[in-house]
Amino acid sequence: MINLIRKKNPMPEQAPDVRNKNFKEVCTGYTEEMAINEAMRCLQCRKKPCTTGCPVMVKIPDFIAKVAEGKFEEAYQIISETSSLPAICGRVCPQENQCEGKCVHAKKGESVGIGRLERFVADYHRAHSTEEETVDVAPNGHKVAVVGSGPAGLACAGDLIGLGYDVTVFESLHKEGGVLAYGIPEFRLPKDIVAAEVSKLKAKGVKFITNVVVGRSITTDELLKEGYEAVFVGTGAGLPSFMNIPGENLLGVYSANEYLTRINLMKAYKDEYDTPVGYAKNIAVVGGGNVAMDAARCAKRMGAENVYIIYRRSMEEIPARREEIHHAMEEGIEFMLLNNPIAIEGDENARVTGIKCIKMELGEADASGRRKPVEIKGSEFVLPVDAVIMSIGTKLNKLILDTTENLEANKKGGIGTDEHGATNRAGVFAGGDAVTGAATVILAMGAGKTAAASMHEYLSK
Amino acid sequence: MYKIVNKRALNKDMTWMEIEAPYVARSAKPGQFIILRTDEYGERIPLTMAGYNREAGTVTIIFQAIGRTTMLLNQLEEGDSLVDVVGPLGKPTHMEGLKRVCVVGGGTGNALAYGLVKGLHANGIEVDMVAGFKNKDLVILEDEFKAISKNVYMLTDDGSYGEKMFTTVKMEELIEKNGKDYYDEIIVVGPPIMMKFCCQITKKYDIPTVVSLTAYMVDGTGMCGGCRVIVGGENKFVCVDGPEFDGQLVDWDEIIKRNGFYKEQEAHDAAHVCRLTGGVRYND
Repeated sequence: MINLIRKKNPMPEQAPDVRNKNFKEVCTGYTEEMAINEAMRCLQCRKKPCTTGCPVMVKIPDFIAKVAEGKFEEAYQIISETSSLPAICGRVCPQENQCEGKCVHAKKGESVGIGRLERFVADYHRAHSTEEETVDVAPNGHKVAVVGSGPAGLACAGDLIGLGYDVTVFESLHKEGGVLAYGIPEFRLPKDIVAAEVSKLKAKGVKFITNVVVGRSITTDELLKEGYEAVFVGTGAGLPSFMNIPGENLLGVYSANEYLTRINLMKAYKDEYDTPVGYAKNIAVVGGGNVAMDAARCAKRMGAENVYIIYRRSMEEIPARREEIHHAMEEGIEFMLLNNPIAIEGDENARVTGIKCIKMELGEADASGRRKPVEIKGSEFVLPVDAVIMSIGTKLNKLILDTTENLEANKKGGIGTDEHGATNRAGVFAGGDAVTGAATVILAMGAGKTAAASMHEYLSK
Repeated sequence: MYKIVNKRALNKDMTWMEIEAPYVARSAKPGQFIILRTDEYGERIPLTMAGYNREAGTVTIIFQAIGRTTMLLNQLEEGDSLVDVVGPLGKPTHMEGLKRVCVVGGGTGNALAYGLVKGLHANGIEVDMVAGFKNKDLVILEDEFKAISKNVYMLTDDGSYGEKMFTTVKMEELIEKNGKDYYDEIIVVGPPIMMKFCCQITKKYDIPTVVSLTAYMVDGTGMCGGCRVIVGGENKFVCVDGPEFDGQLVDWDEIIKRNGFYKEQEAHDAAHVCRLTGGVRYND
């Protein structure tokens, strides 16, 4: 039986004026009835365009068919064949550009809610599965290292342990998860879900060593010398960019990385934790990406009365996911589009008092194909704020390149690899943001999996 | 967990602590720092290493119990453990080509300078050490410095110990006495205001001057950008580009302002620790 309704079953959510005061998850998830109802919207197309849109090729129609039958655990097993982190991907993947973007329903109405179903299935499994997952593959006697426990590293470790490798993951922070732990906020990705995924890998035999900065505590070359036969580097995007405008080092100017890390990793929003983040009544977030949305929504939850997104182009070009923008607007974030900061102003104690912007208009299309924002002369104004969060992207961290002998960079300055994740150094593989620059969780996961296959091939020779 | 294997008080404020941290000890070099967390609720704070022992797998820190975290740290005893110690972080001290160096330490900065001087000494570099303190009660490491320096000049602001003199004055006196080409480099570790004035003096004599900066930071690997300082007109991160910089290029006034950001909240938090006994926390 097929459900012919053109729209997705809506996702149950906390009301905007309730959730913008707490850090609990915004979306509360489908019920079993909603999931079955949504699954019945799937046409089970023979060509499976959705699967081609997925960086890790989840067998989407197959798992959805099981959901429609109410066989949720079987659905989970199908997803698990190709994806290591379904509870996470179901929440943070930009499905509208991937699987859901290719869904035939998307042409005339709304696509099947593939992300919502994936999330439902993963959550169902987590709530109902009593068995501890183990690996039934015999150890193959090869020792490998994974550097970084973000999405790339976790996916890579998950595949390698499944192939019988002795896997050790090195993490520089005190907690595993990388950007899933320090970057993405609790209300979008509860940290117990990240912890559960890490525990699952531990149960399968993956060893995690936190507080080790590869490149400083131990180098890639030393890992290879000390018995690790191959190393995967998934160290993430790196250093936050600033605009290089006057006043950027005033007190109350943060990078989004710092602001989010203080809140998500260090739990500055909870009284019992020591890490401060500072209170601000009016906060400007500069940038229009997903990270900017996360920072703005955190700022609101930290008690700011007015939170502004300042972005130099228009709503047409804004890079954040529609869902994030929609949620942010609902929560009372004010979008000040077509504005570009030119200076940050401060008082005699060097504390931020305002951000000076100039209004922009869209001109001709630039190299990226987007219309280029052009300043409107004489339109400068000062927006009074007491904190500014810079969320304009990151630069690649050079630590691994600088400390690994003869390791070559790519054109962007990331670690150079072929399409299979192999670097110019035998036994050294890399993937995720450390190679491409800032991208998405699912692309990093895909890169981790590709590299795992490539490492397996290398070590099977 | 990272066990405290040795702890002793250097004076009423300063504590010397040796901690098991094998991944740090194996690669540590002079001038580098660690980040530690005392417990699950704790903040991550950076501390320069005063030393390390590769065989024992330990690192040494010297700290002043002044903020909440350092006060909590000071409540821990030998045999207790910290939840996190990560490092070594930052770039090691640049020593190539140096033969004779003057190191100027101010207050707590002397603790940070100690690891550095040990490193210089171990590399056969001659050190004149200028160690300045507020008063006699705060003097630390005199014997230790004497064992590894050619000359040690102990100073106090009030004259209660050693010479009554500021470090800037002694440093200039040594430059005048020995000639401006005598030292290959001057290394200054202390409060930003002292480093600023030292740099103003060395600039006159055109002597290369290195300073070691401390800053707020969270991860220590370049990710948060909280430790940014302006050096040579550019944003640099203390954690990955430093902690040592060319003192003549540092924007001191900006650093002096930035270091006060969390002062009010810290003072409030520290007050809570003072009323604690046995490390038990509470919140109001």
